[in-house]
Amino acid sequence: MIEWILLILLAIGVIFNLLASIGILRFPDVYTRIHAATKCTTFGTIFIVLATVVYSAYNWMSSRESSWVIIALHSLLALFFLILTNPVGAHAIGRAARKSGIRPYGAVIDELEGRL
Amino acid sequence: MGFAASFIWSFIVYLLLTAGSGNIIAWSMEELIAGVIIAAVVGYLTRNIMAEKVDYFFNPRRWALFIIYAIGPFFLAMAKANLDVAYRVITGKIRPGIVKISPGLTRDESVTLLANSITLTPGTFTLEVDEEKNLYVHWIYVPEGKEKPTPEELCGYLPKWSRRIAE
Repeated sequence: MIEWILLILLAIGVIFNLLASIGILRFPDVYTRIHAATKCTTFGTIFIVLATVVYSAYNWMSSRESSWVIIALHSLLALFFLILTNPVGAHAIGRAARKSGIRPYGAVIDELEGRL
Repeated sequence: MGFAASFIWSFIVYLLLTAGSGNIIAWSMEELIAGVIIAAVVGYLTRNIMAEKVDYFFNPRRWALFIIYAIGPFFLAMAKANLDVAYRVITGKIRPGIVKISPGLTRDESVTLLANSITLTPGTFTLEVDEEKNLYVHWIYVPEGKEKPTPEELCGYLPKWSRRIAE
């Protein structure tokens, strides 16, 4: 039973991380690649961390050892800071790219033209 | 100015990271002392950058709303975003553009929250914020005739939640 839950969570996580990698290879320019790299890796990593938390909770219920609680807590903290910092990194990369003069591929509108 | 809020926040994170190290509730004496010193250094170094007041940052109503938002509407939007990106990765159907929205927020914190939410949700990511707190957003699929979108057309209910949590 627990193996199946873990398997499903890990499978979702790995599939989304795989999609992010394919997206980085397939998309035409830096901005669209950032789309793939931030959204999918964050979402995939949420599920991988959830698998860790479920596994620790399951083990804690049978053994009552506090080390399992600590593992779950640390994973959740890592997840929290990942979600907070991943988009900030994306802003920094995107802004730097626009500032150094890279135009978005096939853009139908560019409000930042002449502003940076 | 902003020493207290960042001090308390760093100390809480340090305590969470070292929970289970000893016997004073769950921490050892060494970890508590190290935590106070590290949190004080962090608070001192960021005193000019972080202008948050304690009663603003540690308002329980904001944190409750933030947790509800993170689990409910935000997670839903994020799931949609990932299916959207998956669709674009497979079909290669894109029509990108950089658009400007004026969400009408006043505080730095709410703009940060909105910008981060926009980056992690469907087809959009924030590039730049100007002095009037307008956001410049890269949109991976600009629909026909929507080159000057309102915040609601671009990102749905996110600005409303940012206003509710952080204003």
